[in-house]
Amino acid sequence: MSTKKTLFDKVWDSHVVHHIENGPDVLFIDRHMVHEVTSPVAFLGIKDRGIRVMYPEKTFATADHNTPTINQHLPVADPLSANQLRALEENSNEYGISYWGLGHEKNGIVHVVGPEYGITQPGATIVCGDSHTSTHGAFGAIAFGIGTSEVEMVLATQCIMQTKPKSMRITVNGSLSKAVTPKDVALYIISQLTTSGATGYFVEYAGEVFRNMSMEGRMTVCNLSIEMGARGGMIAPDEKTFEYVKGREFTPEGAAWDKAMTYWESLVTDEGAEYDKEVVFDAADIEPMITYGTNPGMGIGISHGIPVAESLEGGVATYKKSLQYMDFHEGDSMIGKRIDFVFLGSCTNGRIEDFRAFTSLIKGRQKADHVTAWLVPGSHKVEAAIKEEGLLDILTDAGFELREPGCSACLAMNDDKVPAGKYAVSTSNRNFEGRQGPGSRTLLASPLVAAAAAVTGKVTDPRELMEFETA
Amino acid sequence: MAYDKFNILTSSAVPLPIENVDTDQIIPARFLKATERKGFGDNLFRDWRYNADNTPKENFVLNNPIYSGKILVGGKNFGSGSSREHAAWAVYDYGFRCVVSSFFADIFRNNCLNIGVLPVQVSAEFLDKIYKAIETDPNTELEISLPDQTITIKATGAKESFDINDYKKANMLNGFDDIDYLLNIKEDIREFALDRPL
Repeated sequence: MSTKKTLFDKVWDSHVVHHIENGPDVLFIDRHMVHEVTSPVAFLGIKDRGIRVMYPEKTFATADHNTPTINQHLPVADPLSANQLRALEENSNEYGISYWGLGHEKNGIVHVVGPEYGITQPGATIVCGDSHTSTHGAFGAIAFGIGTSEVEMVLATQCIMQTKPKSMRITVNGSLSKAVTPKDVALYIISQLTTSGATGYFVEYAGEVFRNMSMEGRMTVCNLSIEMGARGGMIAPDEKTFEYVKGREFTPEGAAWDKAMTYWESLVTDEGAEYDKEVVFDAADIEPMITYGTNPGMGIGISHGIPVAESLEGGVATYKKSLQYMDFHEGDSMIGKRIDFVFLGSCTNGRIEDFRAFTSLIKGRQKADHVTAWLVPGSHKVEAAIKEEGLLDILTDAGFELREPGCSACLAMNDDKVPAGKYAVSTSNRNFEGRQGPGSRTLLASPLVAAAAAVTGKVTDPRELMEFETA
Repeated sequence: MAYDKFNILTSSAVPLPIENVDTDQIIPARFLKATERKGFGDNLFRDWRYNADNTPKENFVLNNPIYSGKILVGGKNFGSGSSREHAAWAVYDYGFRCVVSSFFADIFRNNCLNIGVLPVQVSAEFLDKIYKAIETDPNTELEISLPDQTITIKATGAKESFDINDYKKANMLNGFDDIDYLLNIKEDIREFALDRPL
């Protein structure tokens, strides 16, 4: 067997406490994030067993999934939601876990605040009871979502039992065209691989496109790894990564920083290391993307028509059921379709760069009258930056309002629900039936495509609204 | 928590021949507000099963009395999407002990194994055979033998084997969970944690 290791091998292998023959590895977890929805039953579990949290300083709690995005200073009206939030606070206090609840200055979406405060670090193993934990892979961490039984395992023993996934490298060469964002790159890859194309694999993203991408862009890409079925995706850390991490609250300092850097700088795939699967794409083939169906693999370049069922590999009946739900037809153009809602936010696209992109396009224009727009920052830190950079003034002038941080309409656990039959252009991550409210219809897209829809009231190619710069 | 032991299950099955059944269909997010693990079965496939006014949708399979049993047979890529274990809880709480499909999403599969629901992955051809057998006779029985790692359509004798690793198989046969194992090696974990670079 080759001694050459991939980035993924290096991080995984260094965290294996025990290997069970024809069974899983016992994997040590460096950072554990919890939120209100998937943790209460895990806390009940350790309580029932009469045990304590083994390393409370390695677990971080924030409330995000089930929180209102207006009037956060008032008591939460829904009694079930309030109860769940209270349980997280009580459990955090009981077990000595850091807790950033509603109203806390550091509160926000778990995958936004983790990187913001330096909890997310290269080469770490990071888990959370949330499938978009893959976001943290942008730093060269092995980060993935787990179920509540596994949350209980981490609380109890700081370990989980996992069979090592196979490895896949996705390389995108070349440079991105105008108005093509990290979200488009991810939606393009998913459309090519399908939503189960990477199931059983852990992905490493490589090539010029990801090297040139900002840390926030890399987070968007890694975030969507789960939507192609992968447990996670990661990008080798580089100067950009170290620069981002440096000086944050939970980042090591002094001698600890030097020790960490020695480890972090070793986190590259060895020349000649082999992957179980390799996929290569060309950046020139990617244009602004939009989805037309009920899974994230059903995406197309915005200027293309909806594919005919027979041209696809999947089952025809399932495909037709999906289009029927959306009330779209094979061969339809997406451009010009009337939309009702726009959602800018989520752990996929709720960071400051996303708000900058959205604002750059709506500047000097007006929100379409019939469109309801929910602009939801990923955290209070993002919210503060929106105000400091003057983006809020531009948004306000254009007829938009800013809400308070949370997961919001991405999964519509709170009141931010798109009504049945209505269309939402959404910067979030899933367009499943009813995801944004029972009967809602979701078109996933980038912040630029969302902005173009918000001001025109219909699906619009953002390039038509952007002044062309000379290269 | 420890769960039911699984050995041999013989039961009729409920067919759901749809691909990419995601966890938002299995249990919509608005039903994830509980702080205890109970009652999720009522909301299994909520929006496929009930109209907005809570009346049952007659054409959905769970509302069709000719289908019943402890085995759910779903299409390819079953359980994609969220990590919510609530999806597996809902399947269990409704009364299913086994889900058969030609392909499972990773986290859903793990979640099932962690609560004692057996995910059985079969070939696309065998999945078709199961659907045909149920179409011919809704009371047709499947036999799932965990010790032998086989699934059999009793009426035709058609049989296929399925994979499960030895560790998880032993856990399911005995009703053990991973935490029992991990708590036993806690000292090794403590030692391992001593010299982490982060």
